Amino acid sequence: MTTMLAGPIGPSLADFGKDPWWISLIKAVFIFVFLMLGVLFGVWTERKLISRMQNRYGPNRAGKFGLLQSVADGLKMGLKEDLMPRTVDRVVFFLAPVIIAVPAFLAFSIVPFGPMVSMFGVQTPLQLTDLPVAVLFVLAMASMGVYGIVLAGWGSRSPYALLGGLRSSAQVISYEIAMALSLVAVFLFAGTLSTSEIVNAQAAGGTWEIGGLSIPLPSWYVVMLFPSFLIYVVTMLGETNRVPFDLPEGEGELVGGFHTEYSSSLKFAMFMLAEYVNMFTVSALAITMFFGGWQAPWPISLWDGANTGWWPMLWFFGKLVIAFCFFVWVRASLPRVRYDQLMALGWKLLIPISLAWIVLVATVRALRLEGGDRTLVMAMLGVIVVVIGVLYYAFDTSRERKKKDQQAQVREEFARLRNEPTAGGFPVPPLDLPHYHGVSSRPAVTRADSKEVTSEAKV
Amino acid sequence: MELYVPILILAVLAAGFAIFSVGIAPFTGPARWNRAKLDAYECGIEPTPQPVGGGRFPLKYMITAMLFIVFDIEIIFLYPWAVAFDQLGLFGLVEMVLFIVTVLVAYAYVWRRRGLDWD
Repeated sequence: MTTMLAGPIGPSLADFGKDPWWISLIKAVFIFVFLMLGVLFGVWTERKLISRMQNRYGPNRAGKFGLLQSVADGLKMGLKEDLMPRTVDRVVFFLAPVIIAVPAFLAFSIVPFGPMVSMFGVQTPLQLTDLPVAVLFVLAMASMGVYGIVLAGWGSRSPYALLGGLRSSAQVISYEIAMALSLVAVFLFAGTLSTSEIVNAQAAGGTWEIGGLSIPLPSWYVVMLFPSFLIYVVTMLGETNRVPFDLPEGEGELVGGFHTEYSSSLKFAMFMLAEYVNMFTVSALAITMFFGGWQAPWPISLWDGANTGWWPMLWFFGKLVIAFCFFVWVRASLPRVRYDQLMALGWKLLIPISLAWIVLVATVRALRLEGGDRTLVMAMLGVIVVVIGVLYYAFDTSRERKKKDQQAQVREEFARLRNEPTAGGFPVPPLDLPHYHGVSSRPAVTRADSKEVTSEAKV
Repeated sequence: MELYVPILILAVLAAGFAIFSVGIAPFTGPARWNRAKLDAYECGIEPTPQPVGGGRFPLKYMITAMLFIVFDIEIIFLYPWAVAFDQLGLFGLVEMVLFIVTVLVAYAYVWRRRGLDWD
């Protein structure tokens, strides 16, 4: 049996909503500035890191180590000509960058930065606010961002933008399902949707008594719910349109995707900003859900003061930097996937695996809760396994049959058309002409030959 | 409701910043008129005329959106179930498995009818 230990306890839902307005304002301004600076230096970090991974220097002209590169880029964007193509829907074109940027910022408002601290004499949690449905709020804000993508593509009235917008939004909503499903297991264990309480729930893992020994269980959900975490990592790459799922920016085929018509002015800067803020948000959510939030990692956690006062903000920031570097690492390592592969991964692999994992986790947990009535649960589990097996078998056989039919059809067609110079009425050049093999034929003969062939074909 | 007030403050900040940036963009840059610049960008070729109010788009995207709604509703039922799981116990588990299986039937049907394939 497990027994819960009393660990370092942070604020819970009851501690929120008591701040005076000016404390809330300070926190809101802090989050805003944190995200803005985070984007500026995040872009620099990414470019610098990816350059080093590719054996080059990266930006090194503006400021020391090129640190001011993003500031220079931002200023340049401000001084660029702001183009508005004649054909665009003006209102939508104007609103889309705003619609995409605002929810990106809002999603960060429920991220826990640390425990209770004293701020100008007021005891307050290091978190802007917390809701009973905090994680749902993040997902809702992510969905709001999709409106920005769709409207930007739709309002631009250009084929590239429209296709890019549709692709992007289809990708984001597909991966959002898998992302939301991967978090269910966390809620099963934490018993709440509030972020501060999820962090608290990861404070102490409890102990496992076996044969007189007491083994401390790991407290972070990344250990207990590792499959959930893996699914979350894949979906967070898909959700933020990052490599290897950066199809919307497949510049080889769609130019810039949904923001093709936004010339490099401040409007484009909003899209850039939203993309990076979204990266920070999904990283922060990963840290909160799976890595104990602001709690100190193991060697530091031995120090008593590690989880008190302002220190946790440092641990949180360190975890955020590591998560960001992971994004960059992935970008430097992986090639882009194809669109059908992307959708197949999301719909045919991640969603069923998440659902199966949820059922498994819930079954194990129910077993632990009920204790006695194991046969019923086991029988149910057996039924589920059998049903899945039968379904898979039916799928597999029908797919094999279809594949065989198709192959037979292709073979039959090939056999029929192999000897026809004009395959099925389409003019197809013969594939073994001498000049294909570097043999120069005499022009007169070739001309006579071709004449013969054409006259034959006419007959 | 007090819980939502700080979000409102942040929303005002973010919206103010975003609207200011987007609104100021036409005034900070130069404006040199050029007919080609005001066309939709299609890699230099003459832009394809787009119908007013948006053109057609592949139906696949609509199907994806519909499937998204189905699964989103499933998630909406899963979340409260997961939060209250310890109180519901085995009964909740059986109910939820029945629900998931029901959705999976629809899912298998869509898969079978190639609704999840992109060609």
